[in-house]
Amino acid sequence: MAETTLLITLAGMALVTYLPRLIPAWVLRDKQLPVFVIAWLRYVPVSVLAALLLPSLLIEGESINFSASNLYLWAAIPAGLVAWKKKSLFGTVIIGMLVVAIVRWIIR
Amino acid sequence: MTNVKQKLVSIVYNINWGNTLSAAMPVVLGYLPIGFAYGVLAINAGLSIFQTVLMSIIVYAGSAQLIAVSLFAQAIHPLSIIATTFIVNLRHMLMSAALAPHMRDWKSYQVILFSFELTDESFGVHSLRFDRGENQPKSTILINFICQSAWVLGSLLGAVAGNLIQDVRPFALDYALPAMFIALLILQIKNRKHLIIALISAGLSLILWQLGATQWHVIIATIIAATLGAGVETWLKQPS
Repeated sequence: MAETTLLITLAGMALVTYLPRLIPAWVLRDKQLPVFVIAWLRYVPVSVLAALLLPSLLIEGESINFSASNLYLWAAIPAGLVAWKKKSLFGTVIIGMLVVAIVRWIIR
Repeated sequence: MTNVKQKLVSIVYNINWGNTLSAAMPVVLGYLPIGFAYGVLAINAGLSIFQTVLMSIIVYAGSAQLIAVSLFAQAIHPLSIIATTFIVNLRHMLMSAALAPHMRDWKSYQVILFSFELTDESFGVHSLRFDRGENQPKSTILINFICQSAWVLGSLLGAVAGNLIQDVRPFALDYALPAMFIALLILQIKNRKHLIIALISAGLSLILWQLGATQWHVIIATIIAATLGAGVETWLKQPS
């Protein structure tokens, strides 16, 4: 791809990424929202994070790996325990990565 | 000039640095390795160091950047790359809407700055903070800025190392994002209703992906699950 085309593509990507991030906050922030909408918005964090998480654990390349050979799934257990017991985002990331790195090092 | 200086000093003093840094730290820890992985992949896909870092500065969207890099490598049409980016990042609309009520007292430029750096991970962090009443715009924007700096730095290091490294797996860099989602989700679950909605959303997302909605699964699952949650909650609260 030519240099200019690539830069225009990047600018286009930036625009279509930014507008969905900005517009809802911009439009909704000073509105008094109906009770149902507020309840709905409160369920967005749990829903969107769960919808992101499960595929990120199970999808390997083009297919779903729901078996004992899926290291991502096993590592989710210690990582999840740290998150639950310690309430620590930092600790969870460290433990998760450490478990994956060590297991890969052992069974390489 | 002194006015600017005084303003800067007052900003620096008015920020709770301990809180700010501890909120940003886990995201930094996740973004450095993932940004590094992105940088390596981008260089191997044929982007220059400048282009690689520029994307992290002006687009700043982890999964979309990784997808875009693989599309660049396959020489896909630019319009198709932009359209894919748009669809992959549409979920941020839901996050932006969910945080909107907490920005009622913010100035317009603060909303403009904040939204630019709204990612899955910063959303996770801020929705926890905002629930605790910690929605001061300055420290919120500063947290975002620190997070993006880590992303840009990771991209730069990865781009520089790009020609030397072909595999990022031995360092488990690829597990930083799933681990972060695990923590952000578990920290959000405060009661049984949340847990049930999370399970429904996760299951729906996977099923939709399996059915072929590989770009839309997150958005559709979120809308259905959140509607279900809000529906049940509103219905339970109604006087019988």
